[in-house]
Amino acid sequence: MTAMTSASPRDYSLTGRDAQLAVENGLAAAEWYHTEIPRKQMKELMQRSDQPAIRDTIIWLGALILSGAGGAWFWGSWWCVPFFFVYGTLYGSSTDSRWHECGHGTAFRTQWMNDAVYQLACFMIMRNPVTWRWSHTRHHTDTIIVGRDPEIAVMRPPDLLRVVLNFFGILDAWHAMTDMVRNAVGLISAAEKTFIPEQEQPKAIRVARIWLAIYIATIALALYLHSWLPLMLIGLPRLYGAWHHVMTGLLQHGGLAENVIDHRLNSRTVYMNPVSRFIYWNMNYHVEHHMFPMVPYHALPKLHEMIKHDLPAPTPSILAGYREMIPAFLRQLRNEDYFLKRALPPTARPYREELHNDNPVAAAAE
Amino acid sequence: MSDWVEACAAGDIDEEDVMRFDHAGRTFAIYRSPDDEYFATDGLCTHEKVHLADGLVMDDIIECPKHNGRFNYKTGDARGAPVCVSLRTYPVKVNAGKVLVQVG
Repeated sequence: MTAMTSASPRDYSLTGRDAQLAVENGLAAAEWYHTEIPRKQMKELMQRSDQPAIRDTIIWLGALILSGAGGAWFWGSWWCVPFFFVYGTLYGSSTDSRWHECGHGTAFRTQWMNDAVYQLACFMIMRNPVTWRWSHTRHHTDTIIVGRDPEIAVMRPPDLLRVVLNFFGILDAWHAMTDMVRNAVGLISAAEKTFIPEQEQPKAIRVARIWLAIYIATIALALYLHSWLPLMLIGLPRLYGAWHHVMTGLLQHGGLAENVIDHRLNSRTVYMNPVSRFIYWNMNYHVEHHMFPMVPYHALPKLHEMIKHDLPAPTPSILAGYREMIPAFLRQLRNEDYFLKRALPPTARPYREELHNDNPVAAAAE
Repeated sequence: MSDWVEACAAGDIDEEDVMRFDHAGRTFAIYRSPDDEYFATDGLCTHEKVHLADGLVMDDIIECPKHNGRFNYKTGDARGAPVCVSLRTYPVKVNAGKVLVQVG
C-alpha cells in the first residue's frame, strides 16, 4: 500500500479520478491505526448509559424553548437579540453534535432516544438523516481520503470565501435546500448513489418531502402574519446560529494531512471551554472519536487520558487551533500540497512514514 | 453436516461479551449472553469486514466497532444502518466446560 502522491490538482469528486486512485492505492476501506487498549478497559469505555444524554437533552431542549420564547416575546425590540443569539446557537450549532453522536447510536443506551434526537437534530441542521448517516459512515471509513470522503470541510486549495460564508450558514443552507428539493422530487445524485444503498434511497426522498412541507408551511405562516418571526424560529437559525459548529468543525481536520490511514495525522484534539464542550458534545476529542467511534461522548475525556501518550499533543485552545490553521490555509493557497505535519511524543508508536509523505518537500513540521 | 469444533472454554468469555475464534481460515464471533447462553456468528461485519469481537455486546445485540452497525447475534438479523445484510449464525453447545461450534 502506498500513499497517493503528487495528485494535484486534487479531484475531491466521489466519482472522479482520485476516487479511483484511492481504491487502486489501497486507501479505500483500509485498516487504520489505533492505540492498543486492553479489552476490559475498552468495554468499560464503550458502555452505554441513558443518564448523561437525558440530562444534557433536557438542558438543551429547555434552553432552546426558553430562548426561543424569549426571542418571540421581545420580537420587535433589541431585547430579542440575546435570546435569538442563544436560540440560534443551540438550533444551528449544537444540533451538529447531536445528529452526529445520535447517528453513531452512542449518546443514549436506548435506541429510540438516539433515533428521536437524531431526527430532530437533522431537521434543524438541515442534513437529510438518511443521506448523512451514510455519508458519515464513509467519512469514518475513509477519513480525509481525497475522492472518498464526502465530508471534507476544507479542500485544497482552500476556498476561504466559502469557509467565511459558512460561519453564517449561507452556502451550506443553500446547498441543503437545493438538495432537499432535488430529493423531494425523487432525484438522488450520482455522488449520493456512491454511498447510499439503493434500498435506503426512498427513505431519503420521503424525509425530504416531509421537510419541504414543513418549510412551506413556515413560509406560508410568515406571509400570513406579515412577520419574519416564524422563520426566525424555524429555518433561519441554521444561518444565524451556525457560527459555533463551523468554528469547532473546521478544527477537526483543517490543515492536516490527507490520504493517510492514521487519525493521529489527520485529526485534531482541542481543549475547549465547558460551554463549547456542551454545545459540541466533547467532539473536541476528535482523534479519540475517530480512533474509537464506539466510545460515547461522555467517556471521551477518560479515553483521552488513557491514550494521550500515543497521540500528538492536543491543541491547547480554539484560538491556538486557528493560529496554526489559518496560516496553513493561506499557505495552501500558494502550495496546495502543504499541510501541518503532526509530531508524536516519544511515548507514541511511530507513524508509518510511507503514509505521510504525499509530498515530503512541502510537508512542514509544526 | 460438519463436526463440532471446540472454540474456547466457557469461562473464557465474560457474560454479555464476545470473543474471536479463528478456524480453518475462517473467523467467527462467539457470544455469551447476559442469560449465560452461548451463540456464534460469522466474525466479520457484513458491512466492511471489521472484526465484531472488538465490538460491544448489549443484551442480544452486537454492535460493530467501526460504524456502530447492529446485529442480533442470536438470530444474525441486521438491526440498523449501516448494516443491511444479516450475519450467518452457527449452532453452539457447551460440553464439559467447553464451547463447541458447528462450523459447517
